[in-house]
Amino acid sequence: MITITRPSWTRDIWGWDPWRELDRLHREVSGIFGLPRLRRLAAYPPMNVHTADDDVVVTSELPGVDPSEVEITVSGDTLSIKGSRKPRELKEGEQWHRRERGFGEFFRTVQLPFTVDASKVSAEYTNGVLKIVLPRSEADKPRKIAVKSTN
Amino acid sequence: MEDAKKNIEKAQAKDASLAERTKDRVIFTPAVDITEDSNNLYIYADVPGATEKGVNITLENDVLTIEAQVEEAPMEGYTRTYSEYATGDYYRAFTLNEAIDRDKIEATLKDGVLGIVLPKAEAVKSKKIPIKAG
Repeated sequence: MITITRPSWTRDIWGWDPWRELDRLHREVSGIFGLPRLRRLAAYPPMNVHTADDDVVVTSELPGVDPSEVEITVSGDTLSIKGSRKPRELKEGEQWHRRERGFGEFFRTVQLPFTVDASKVSAEYTNGVLKIVLPRSEADKPRKIAVKSTN
Repeated sequence: MEDAKKNIEKAQAKDASLAERTKDRVIFTPAVDITEDSNNLYIYADVPGATEKGVNITLENDVLTIEAQVEEAPMEGYTRTYSEYATGDYYRAFTLNEAIDRDKIEATLKDGVLGIVLPKAEAVKSKKIPIKAG
């Protein structure tokens, strides 16, 4: 990515800020070229939320985690994921060349688009991707109300 | 803060020497841990979503190339309402400065982590060059 140093005068002298326009343009162009626009959050693990009428599916990239140690809790329309990624321990005589993979504890809470039935939530962990299926609670489902004519 | 971000986000590959792919997909650089002991070189790479079938490891002229393809199951009937990560393939190459016994390379894929054990060639292990006093 190209970094452009923004001169401090632009915004003051010109009502219109060409640098901001460039930023906006860059974002739009990235969108056109198939890179999904991501929310740049430093939250771990990263999540994608897929919604349908009757349920919501949350997927999360969480490689190298013991699934039995991941704690998923649901309450109303809130989903929380808690767990930890263990660091690689060196054996005797072993030394580091590179260490890029993060480790440590994580805890995240996301708000879902609707209230879910906590008893029907299911989760699976395949190839380092966690997938949680959360069915919408019956009480929350939209109800069609028939209009009676009274004449 | 920026540093912390760098470590936990998947980095999109930006290697200019990488020839363009025919498939129009995003390619990520997997985060790796590399260690060494007297017998082996160990590489662990985070490749969430990659399947065994899609992993391709090659060693050619001291360059180790790791490729991992991700098969994404389409979520039919669902709308992606919130997105923090994109899916794509993984690619990374390393120059090894040590002779590797290429017949004994072993790779495993578990929980989205690719582990590669590269045994050092016997000749290298025992090669010790004595320095003669002049």
